[in-house]
Amino acid sequence: MRKFTQLDGLVAPLDRANVDTDAIIPKQFLKSIKRSGFGPNLFDEWRYLDHGEPGMDHAKRTPNPNFVLNQPRYEGAAILLTRDNFGCGSSREHAPWALEDFGLRALIGVSFADIFFNNCFKNGLLPIRLSKPEVDELFAQTLQQPGYRLRIDLKAQTVTRPDGKVLRFEVEAFRKHCLLDGLDEIGLTLRHADKIREFEARRRFEQPWLFA
Amino acid sequence: MLRTLYDKLWESHVVHQEEDGTALLYIDRHLVHEVTSPQAFEGLKLAGRKLWRADSVVATADHNTPTQGWERGIEGIEDKVSRLQIETLSTNIQAFGALSYFPFRDPRQGIVHVIGPEQGATLPGMTVVCGDSHTSTHGAFACLAHGIGTSEVEHVMATQCLLQKKSKSMRVLVNGQLGKAVTAKDIALALIGQIGTAGGTGYAIEFAGSAIRGLSMEGRMTLCNMAIEAGARAGMVAVDEVTIEYLKGRPFAPREDQWDRAVAYWRTLGSDAGAQFDATVELDASRLQPQVTWGTSPEMVVDIAGAVPAPEDFSDPVKREGVARALQYMGLTPRTPLTQIKIDKVFIGSCTNSRIEDLRAAAGIARGRHVAANVKLALVVPGSGLVKRQAEAEGLDKIFTDAGFEWRQPGCSMCLAMNADRLAPGERCASTSNRNFEGRQGNGGRTHLLSPQMAAAAAIAGHFADVRELLS
Repeated sequence: MRKFTQLDGLVAPLDRANVDTDAIIPKQFLKSIKRSGFGPNLFDEWRYLDHGEPGMDHAKRTPNPNFVLNQPRYEGAAILLTRDNFGCGSSREHAPWALEDFGLRALIGVSFADIFFNNCFKNGLLPIRLSKPEVDELFAQTLQQPGYRLRIDLKAQTVTRPDGKVLRFEVEAFRKHCLLDGLDEIGLTLRHADKIREFEARRRFEQPWLFA
Repeated sequence: MLRTLYDKLWESHVVHQEEDGTALLYIDRHLVHEVTSPQAFEGLKLAGRKLWRADSVVATADHNTPTQGWERGIEGIEDKVSRLQIETLSTNIQAFGALSYFPFRDPRQGIVHVIGPEQGATLPGMTVVCGDSHTSTHGAFACLAHGIGTSEVEHVMATQCLLQKKSKSMRVLVNGQLGKAVTAKDIALALIGQIGTAGGTGYAIEFAGSAIRGLSMEGRMTLCNMAIEAGARAGMVAVDEVTIEYLKGRPFAPREDQWDRAVAYWRTLGSDAGAQFDATVELDASRLQPQVTWGTSPEMVVDIAGAVPAPEDFSDPVKREGVARALQYMGLTPRTPLTQIKIDKVFIGSCTNSRIEDLRAAAGIARGRHVAANVKLALVVPGSGLVKRQAEAEGLDKIFTDAGFEWRQPGCSMCLAMNADRLAPGERCASTSNRNFEGRQGNGGRTHLLSPQMAAAAAIAGHFADVRELLS
């Protein structure tokens, strides 16, 4: 997994609550058997005026000029600013894959849906929860100041605004550790293989009907 | 120490715990389908890993499968990308193994959350995971069941464990007697209307109270299925006689010599009297009315006697903006009574409402009546091949087709429209599924969620209607 330590990135504001994973990456793109290449179809129904299907030439499609990520001032954004309950709905990991493939490395919002939140950490994408007033201020500043950037430091658990104000965020110690070092979780878990076998043997004895 | 059902399920599966409380949870059952597994199998292959426990895996193809043209076999899947994904699942299961695989066209194939319980592959006390958010369904059997992403699918495949932080606990108490034609779906929608789609975020919900005890297993599955729409990864119901009765004789239920021992354990799977919950929400079943969603989030819901709201009804500016956008997308005018909204299509199916009881309820309304002329398509998609066979044995297929519904092959179908069943832009659908998000049932499609009875009533009337007026 890709490490996440620090990031100095351009911010794009997506001013909506309850952005669901169907909106992040519509179902027709879930037919792929790969885990890359979803970026061009991120927010497909909002980003393009025509209907998208897998295999289309994106250069020939009609972008929706009103959609925030199509506005020139947000080109190259690495941080997406959003509201409450981002990533709700379907568990599709294609959502963080698409966000990451598009070039986003961090998300800042008031809250995230559980499964989506988990999936982000597996893909080097950092979801940051801040308070509503903090998020409101970030929206206001992003809209007012073209080229608005934020500095994120995972180790220090801080987001630093251009005016120098530092916002602290919470992240679970274990997730932070994995993300800072880009650790392979399967490899980490397999260090406990003996414990898993022991647990399994006990379970097989106590509840044999769970084992074929 | 008094424990909740969630505490019991959690504690009985912890293999190891990190200092910050992150636990390695043992997984008993892994349900696998074609959409969220190919990248996980690919990851295993690249790392030279095998399945830790192939006999924990039950697999099926459901999301992409067509609901007609089965006689043409795999060639009948006209979408080549879909076909490749379905074939890839078969190739992977062949290479890696599984307890059971119900491929496309197998008589037992169906929606993964319908076939797990149907086969007895979902048993009380289990941890159940699947790369699908509606895995919460299985909590109806006092399981700890939730959806996971594809990286986690690979993690479970390789280690039989999942890294998890314990959630907070919420008890949803539903007491009182449900009115006629008021269903588990209405409880779920009313709850989401009350607490919002993020109301359960960070919680595992236990549904309790006399109205829950009065539900069949099908009803409990409908309710737990929708826990995720309230933001909770897991929903659950304690074991009782209804649970045990349902499981008796299922193919993967404990054999005779182990049955009594299993049942004795299962009976311990409920919250201790007086156990503490982090939150409690109460609903009075006797006051619930049939529900219909009007917007693009399941929390945008009203009683059938209600009307579409206006943005100015909401004080929070983000919410007001969300309501305005939803009204525009849905093509609705504020204050329109629900019963005046005409529909174009009807979908009865999905992991929420495609079980035999759902089909019986809808058929009960359709019997001797006919789908309204303005309804272009009324689809009935059974949850599994076995549900379909049972329904046909009871003559339900005939009732539906006589009434002008189409009777199809099982699968996820128009719940998420990955196959050919979908809405055209602007079409309005009365749907028994679980999500009314923008584009969910097809680009530009407009989805209204309701119960099977209410969907049948809407099909007959051509607009939303109070099903109770059709009952004699």
